[in-house]
Amino acid sequence: MAKITVDGKVFEVDPNNNLLQELLSHKQDLPYFCWHPSMGSVGSCRQCAVIEYANDDDQRGRQVMACMTSPREGARYSMDKAHQFRAQAIESIMTSHPHDCPVCEEGGECHLQDMTVMSGHTYRRYDGKKSTHNNQNLGPFIGHEMNRCITCYRCVRYYKDYAGGTDFSVQASHNHTYFGRFQDGSLESEFSGNLAEVCPTGVFTDKVFSKVYSRKWDLQSSPSVCAACGVGCNINPGERYGTLRRVVNRFNDEVNGYFLCDKGRFGTGYVNSAQRISVNMSRSAHDARPSEITPVDAKAKLLAMKGNAIGIGSPRASLEANYALRALVGKDNFYAGVSDVEFGLLNQVIDIYQNRPVHIASIKDIEKCDAILVLGEDVTNTAARIALALRQSVKNIGKEMAARIKLPMWQDAAIRTLAMDKKSPLYILSSHATRLDDIARQVHIGSAADSARIAFAVAHVLDSSAPAVTGLSDAEMALVNSIATDLKAAKHPLVVSGTSSLEPALLNAAANIATALGNGDQRGNLALCVPEANSLGLMLLMDGSQNSLGKAMQSGARQAIVLENDLYRRAPSATVDSFLSGLQQLAVLDHLQHRTGEAANLVLASGTFAETTGTFVNYEGRAQHFYATFKPVAAIQSSAKWLCDSEFGNEPRIHILTGGAAAILPNGYKLQKLTPGADWTFAGQRAPRQHHRYSGRTVMRAHLNVHEPKQEQDEDGLMNYSMEGVPATKDATIFNSPWAPGWNSNQSLFKFQKSAGGELKQGSHGERLFDENTGAKAWYAAVVQQAAISGFAQFPIYHLFGSEELTAQSEAIQAKATGAYVALNPADVARLGLGASDGVQVQHNGAVPYLARASITPGTVGISVGLHGLNYQNMTTAGVSLNKAANWQNPKDWRASNIIVSDAGSSSAYGRGTQG
Amino acid sequence: MTLTNKPLTKNIEIGRAPFNFAQYQAAGGYQSVARALTYKPRDLMKLVQDSGLGGRGGAGFNTGLKWSFIPEPDGGPRYLVVNADEMEPGTFKDRLLMEHDPHLLIEGMITASIALQATMAYIFLRGEYKEAEHALLQAIKEAYAAGVLGKNIQGSTFSLDMALHTSAGRYICGEETALINALEGKRANPRFKPPFPQVSGLWGRPTLVNNVETICNIPGIVTNGVEWFKGLGINGQFGTRISGVSGRVKKPGCWEMPVGTTFRTLFEDYAGGMQDGYQLKAFLPGGGSTDFLMPEHLDLPMIPGDVAKAGSRLGTSLIMVLDDKTCPVGCIHNLIKFFAHESCGWCTPCRDGLPWSEHMLVKLENGEGSLKDIEILKEMCGYMAPGNTFCALAPGAAEPLQSGLKYFHDEFVEHVNHGCKYKQH
Ligand SMILES: Cc1cc2nc3c(=O)[nH]c(=O)nc-3n(C[C@H](O)[C@H](O)[C@H](O)COP(=O)(O)O)c2cc1C
Ligand code: SF4
Ligand code: SF4
Ligand code: SF4
Ligand code: FES
Repeated sequence: MAKITVDGKVFEVDPNNNLLQELLSHKQDLPYFCWHPSMGSVGSCRQCAVIEYANDDDQRGRQVMACMTSPREGARYSMDKAHQFRAQAIESIMTSHPHDCPVCEEGGECHLQDMTVMSGHTYRRYDGKKSTHNNQNLGPFIGHEMNRCITCYRCVRYYKDYAGGTDFSVQASHNHTYFGRFQDGSLESEFSGNLAEVCPTGVFTDKVFSKVYSRKWDLQSSPSVCAACGVGCNINPGERYGTLRRVVNRFNDEVNGYFLCDKGRFGTGYVNSAQRISVNMSRSAHDARPSEITPVDAKAKLLAMKGNAIGIGSPRASLEANYALRALVGKDNFYAGVSDVEFGLLNQVIDIYQNRPVHIASIKDIEKCDAILVLGEDVTNTAARIALALRQSVKNIGKEMAARIKLPMWQDAAIRTLAMDKKSPLYILSSHATRLDDIARQVHIGSAADSARIAFAVAHVLDSSAPAVTGLSDAEMALVNSIATDLKAAKHPLVVSGTSSLEPALLNAAANIATALGNGDQRGNLALCVPEANSLGLMLLMDGSQNSLGKAMQSGARQAIVLENDLYRRAPSATVDSFLSGLQQLAVLDHLQHRTGEAANLVLASGTFAETTGTFVNYEGRAQHFYATFKPVAAIQSSAKWLCDSEFGNEPRIHILTGGAAAILPNGYKLQKLTPGADWTFAGQRAPRQHHRYSGRTVMRAHLNVHEPKQEQDEDGLMNYSMEGVPATKDATIFNSPWAPGWNSNQSLFKFQKSAGGELKQGSHGERLFDENTGAKAWYAAVVQQAAISGFAQFPIYHLFGSEELTAQSEAIQAKATGAYVALNPADVARLGLGASDGVQVQHNGAVPYLARASITPGTVGISVGLHGLNYQNMTTAGVSLNKAANWQNPKDWRASNIIVSDAGSSSAYGRGTQG
Repeated sequence: MTLTNKPLTKNIEIGRAPFNFAQYQAAGGYQSVARALTYKPRDLMKLVQDSGLGGRGGAGFNTGLKWSFIPEPDGGPRYLVVNADEMEPGTFKDRLLMEHDPHLLIEGMITASIALQATMAYIFLRGEYKEAEHALLQAIKEAYAAGVLGKNIQGSTFSLDMALHTSAGRYICGEETALINALEGKRANPRFKPPFPQVSGLWGRPTLVNNVETICNIPGIVTNGVEWFKGLGINGQFGTRISGVSGRVKKPGCWEMPVGTTFRTLFEDYAGGMQDGYQLKAFLPGGGSTDFLMPEHLDLPMIPGDVAKAGSRLGTSLIMVLDDKTCPVGCIHNLIKFFAHESCGWCTPCRDGLPWSEHMLVKLENGEGSLKDIEILKEMCGYMAPGNTFCALAPGAAEPLQSGLKYFHDEFVEHVNHGCKYKQH
């Protein structure tokens, strides 16, 4: 630490950091634009100017940019003396900024507004013309209003340099510099939404939100967790007038940091969907017409099933909801609502995490890793935020090079200059080309089983006590050796795999490599992606029970309660048909109607993540609590509440259910730490969901009734559905949306962080339920089961936009998604005699369009998962026969242009097998 | 044989085609290559350092010292890049050298590359310099044919390739790190230093960027030695340099002369003084991005330190003359307009400060300006001062403006009250 003096005040600062970030850590109000805590310094905006004095006698000093300055021990600085320059900088930026704050979506949470006021520039002296630009249509997610640009370069640094996007750039020069695509068109990066938060002005805005716009302070919001995949990014949804308007990032230093993926940000439209189940329905028989019933009756009918029904839990419902179901039907009658293959895989993940000496890598950990092996997981499509993290990992080589020449780590542009296109090693073993291939040192295309054999061999090379594999080709062995060499040489080696390739051997092989990488106290990093927001939570609640969905269907039960689940996505259609038809009574609790729900006698309207409070457990076993954002209409309740019987006191507060789950989960006591405790208040107050500037409260329902209604109550007890409560500036134990005096934008976050960009001072970043296993190395046998294949060997292909059940029903996601299809090597396309507009009949399944992809191994077929038109669960492991479909016409929802791949087309240009 | 005292221009005869390889060699050319090959690279750098040669690109930093920061070879590529962008307003010395004696530059580049152990040498040429392009391409071809370029030069273990890149045309491409970006096909924004180009330059490899004229000095120094070079200068200076004059003088042009020559000698003896009917009002001593000097400064020697003391910069040492019949506000406007257009757009004071300044100068010229505009213009100069911007473009641009506001303050005010008197007749 170094001691510096700034305008007479003494601060202890980290000399390895830049002065701006250090001053922000000390909560000083120093304006800035181009610096970003995740992206470091480039020194372009010149807004963070301070005066640096050479010594005690120096009266004049020298103006420097704080973000480009390493604080020196004993040095003297002044922020005040550079005040005028900073005002000049704003004034000159403003010469081309339009006066459209009233109609700008950024208004009220605009960093430019804040910095303008802070800098003291208030009076406009420029009387010339402004330079103007044309806007582009950048697709369904992001709006573009270039005239508002202040040329801080954050967007292009984020989109290209940070997120690896290739279809966005900075163009032209001088005061006509332009940020956009080479022509209009949908942004291709899966992380484009972050532009809206990274851009300090209203150039890039959330287009979905713009259509239902509301000022930041008029949105009711809460700390929440993304329900769209197993990563568990922290989000801040905002509601007004009973509809969810938008989702913004909620900072969690260990998980998502400052960034979300576009599925999480734009995929919540289903909450407001016209297809929402918003009334409770019942019918006496399968073929009778359902009729609406009151919530009281609905609950009575549901609870009446107790003792007779089995319960099928859900990987997308909260721990609390699953626990309540389990409690209602009893442990032995509680089944996991995931496919049988997934059931096995998830249990394997838990076994690895619990019983192998590996370090489960958080996203923060992943970003530190400097050699990576991705095993059969298309992370961009299955756990997108991890893909963004891997794009940072490969940059660690630049940081190493910088350290060698003593260049500070925050010198972003300089480090990129130094590293050029050098990347830390990343290897991908996959059944098809993926979106991370551009940063990979080597990509190997092969079946998941092949990849598993190669991976087992890597583990053996790393540690000869790990089981060996025979029969690898020379090329495969060369790959094995280079992977092993790079992983071994790394300070923080990482293996990423997951359940999505449906190959158990791959998980075992991943575990063996991570185990083999262990060295003394340091364990190899392992991240195993899981499909859904609470996949692991559900499986942990199974508590070792072998009650798979298949068993449920064979249980002979005559009554079933299905929690937030469409069984047709979990098992072959015919099996589900016969199970459902054997039931006398089927209760389904869900948000949107689906095939399973259509067969139910009792349908209960259950709240989405935005309307419920609860806990999810993410891919690393991190339990995270989310608070309901708003109260839905009376007919809708959270599943957890529906399922509680008098045992919990009919309407129990949520923590009672959390406590129940805690008794089952490993380290369940940690769940208590996720909230400040059920009876928490600060100075007698709870935390508010509404901003202190929330407007219209007394009149917003005046068109219905002139009497202001009583504020909604939250029985769960920690937050209010109102403006009343302790502001985060006083106490941020429950940290909702950041705001601080003078800092209305999301940049105010630093005021709540221990050090700018770092951990929050208060609040929880979740609790990891798995203890680090420090035991001796143990190995999984290098066994790869391979069924005999007739026809094509299939593998699943996932889509960030469309494969996930709920987000797929959001309008914005649909605009980026496509209907089901198969992907084939061009040679197979020819072999099957497929013309450009032909379809493919898939055995046991529907007929669908096809996509030719050069990377796909001939004889194999990629089958889209979760997209409308195919049920992957109908596939068997014995291979699939494909035929040209008769009388084919491509369906309307087939939008090949939404599928972004590097190997599309009919040529087989993509390197076969091992590609360097 | 007496050694030449015009090592840069001895082969130049306007009107005659430049020497081809054989003619150039016959005139004593390419001796430095053979000599250089007998040196240890570090000794060669030391020799250049000892000669006191300062960079002719504008900053004047000791060339040999600049070279010495290059790390030892590691087997990978190393680059010499010659900065032939020459877009500084009023500057045309590199053009003379390249159009009329291309082999001198190529010899210098080979010799410099031997010192630097460079594996590849580039010339980054201003796009409009078509004649220089043809001359250089021809000369490079001849040099390859003669075996002074390519593999195992003159039977040694040293190999060097050379290529010419013609710029797409931005003033900022002359800034050495922006030049490197441009050469890599990236946007011509300057880079932050460190890392310095010597350590991580072109494509992340050790790179030296030098001005054309700087490199043209190398053959003489290596062939004739440090003492000879030192003896060429006057007033305590070493070597020769090309200085010149543009504006309403009798004989505009550029000439090689001893370093340390006074402005007056340049202005009166070489350029023949003002055309009849014109008075010298002021001059920009070294390109458009230097502060005005006044007639009383003519007796200063063209030495960086002396010029700095008078409140300006020597820059490229090609002076631009402002006469009494040309409006200083218009002259400054013209320069600021150029610089505003050439701003790379990276940093705020330059990108947004220059167009605003331009706007006020337009107003003043059109008689629509106000005293407040003059005040704001003064403010702008401080705003764009060194340290406030990312590179030297904007501070350079501010120099004629700030000195103009100082020396011609009354004329600025007159523009507010009466409009531009120069336009009225
Ligand atoms: C805006 C700007 C433009 C420049 N243009 C040129 C140029 O055209 N030619 C040149 O040799 N140096 C130019 N320079 C200086 C170079 O950055 C660099 O200092 C020079 O090429 C180094 O060569 P030297 O050491 O041989 O002088 C420019 C600098 C700036 C800031
Ligand atoms: S668009 Fe936004 S982020 Fe990009 S340069 Fe302009 S103001 Fe900065
Ligand atoms: S990566 Fe997953 S958790 Fe994170 S925002 Fe995207 S969908 Fe949500
Ligand atoms: S001063 Fe700034 S904007 Fe101007 S050329 Fe240099 S870096 Fe670019
Ligand atoms: S924040 Fe320091 S220069 Fe932009």
